[in-house]
Amino acid sequence: MKAAVILFPGSNREGDAARALRQATGHLPDIVWHADHDLPQGTDLVVLPGGFSYGDYLRCGAIAGRAPIMDAVRKHAARGGYVLGICNGFQILCESGLLPGVLMRNANLHFVCKMQHLRVERAAAPFTSAYRSGEVIKVAIAHGEGNYEADDGTIETIEKDGRVAFRYCDANGVVGGSANPNGSRNDIAGIYSERFNVLGLMPHPENLIDPLVGGIDGKGMFASLAAAAG
Amino acid sequence: MKARVVVTLKNGVLDPQGKAIEGALKSLGVEGVASVRQGKVFDVEIDGQDKASASASLQAACEKLLANTVIENFKIDLG
Repeated sequence: MKAAVILFPGSNREGDAARALRQATGHLPDIVWHADHDLPQGTDLVVLPGGFSYGDYLRCGAIAGRAPIMDAVRKHAARGGYVLGICNGFQILCESGLLPGVLMRNANLHFVCKMQHLRVERAAAPFTSAYRSGEVIKVAIAHGEGNYEADDGTIETIEKDGRVAFRYCDANGVVGGSANPNGSRNDIAGIYSERFNVLGLMPHPENLIDPLVGGIDGKGMFASLAAAAG
Repeated sequence: MKARVVVTLKNGVLDPQGKAIEGALKSLGVEGVASVRQGKVFDVEIDGQDKASASASLQAACEKLLANTVIENFKIDLG
């Protein structure tokens, strides 16, 4: 699999994403500057990493979502190429129009930084074939604006089409109440595009790939991608 | 030409920051505050004096960047 990680001014998780990709594929991804206009030839997967692109000015992900490289990312997605947006990357995907909805300030106004259980809502290629449907995994979250919102019609469509990728839950897989860290609609932690080739999620699977730092529940995502792209 | 763009949250969109400000005003003893919604103001200088083209530019600016029309409304004031 040939992966490219986009670097925006203010990204800070590109190294973590690169490490997870190297572990899954055996080689480091290309790091692509946001002002470039083209992705490297033969790119299978584009990763928009976490961080604070443009210092979260205007709205989270708003300026990055309109960066020159995003036209190439939109074309890549339109061709069926894989796109993964993590945390700020999810915010950028929503702002760029690649995913519906918006990520608003956490309902309790706090920046949350902790380990969080997620329920895998859909175990399928390309992102989650290494998991079981309904499996509960534990990964890190670290965000101030992860409160997913969309209009009722959009939420209904996403739910009907099975486009919720992950939901916040407790250790037993029960969603709702205090298991939801940010007030996100329907406990949504991540969603897919219509064709399931674009995934945006607030949690950080790229940080849970080594038992030394707390677990390996995030490894499955990168293994799934490596398997899907060959 | 000077212009002002005001971006506000649509009705029904939860505004935790506005709620927090509302709570702070109440705890400061400011009376009569029923509710607070937070928005953004942009003061923009437009080249030239043609109001119609300025209005078109600002409309494009709002739709492309200044407002996220999923959750926000915008109002353009050309003075």
